[in-house]
Amino acid sequence: MNFLTIVFYLFAAILLFAAFRVITTRNPIQAALFLVLAFFSAAGLWLTLEAEFLAIALVMVYVGAVMVLFLFVVMMLDINLDRLREGFWSYLPLAGFVATMLALEMAVVLGSRSFGLSIVPAPLAHAANYSNTRELGLLLYTEYVYPFELAAVVLLVAIVAAIALTMRRRKHTKHQDPSKQVKVKRDQRLRVINMPSERASSTKISGE
Amino acid sequence: MLSLSHYLILGAILFSISVLGIFLNRKNLIILLMAIELMLLAVNLNFIAFSHYLGDASGQIFVFFILTVAAAESAIGLAILVVLFRKLNTIHVDDLDQLQG
Repeated sequence: MNFLTIVFYLFAAILLFAAFRVITTRNPIQAALFLVLAFFSAAGLWLTLEAEFLAIALVMVYVGAVMVLFLFVVMMLDINLDRLREGFWSYLPLAGFVATMLALEMAVVLGSRSFGLSIVPAPLAHAANYSNTRELGLLLYTEYVYPFELAAVVLLVAIVAAIALTMRRRKHTKHQDPSKQVKVKRDQRLRVINMPSERASSTKISGE
Repeated sequence: MLSLSHYLILGAILFSISVLGIFLNRKNLIILLMAIELMLLAVNLNFIAFSHYLGDASGQIFVFFILTVAAAESAIGLAILVVLFRKLNTIHVDDLDQLQG
């Protein structure tokens, strides 16, 4: 048992515990916080696989942005928890059976007989000045530049869709319409009226 | 010494936990979205493990794109959830039957 193995088992245990609590806890806020823990320990596991850039990206994108979004939405909605939990245990036998069989079958296929160290040997450690970010950047901006642009388009569409879905204009608020403001003509703002000139009235004289 | 199958089996267990979560929390849309995020995490773990052990960085590029799409998906999903709650005042799955399906 070297250090890396101990780290792997520790982080894997935390990850599985957090994932289990995400799906079983009553409170959605607790679930979101346990999901943060799960993502964080997954980032630790990715570090043991020498994927440093993605580990940090996972922490920043997921823990920093997506989970804050989740917490924000969970806290904004007023949810009746008891109604959402009804029927929680009724499917447990079937669901537990399916999930256990799924895990066991995959463990049989993916076990050390087919993916062990004798079949897929551990890669040689990189040199000390190896940069994961540099390697990813070289690949991303040359070979995968077209998918990279498409990913940017996907993000743009997501921004537009999220704003368009949630934006609403209240009925009684006062707001300006810039296009109407630009299109306005002089006649709509200024009215020149023709009125006869007046004589000095008597009250003005008496005031002196 | 850690082998590839360690990581693959961990990913498989994580995936099964999220399948279990989708079964158990089928009334709660928020936990369903969280279970989908966990599934994607398990897939990403597999991609990175293969990328490391086979010495091909393309697997990490795929994880990059999966992260992008998953972030977009959860943003739009939560936006739909907010609109739904504004209209119906509930996010209970049984109440979402306007389409009479």
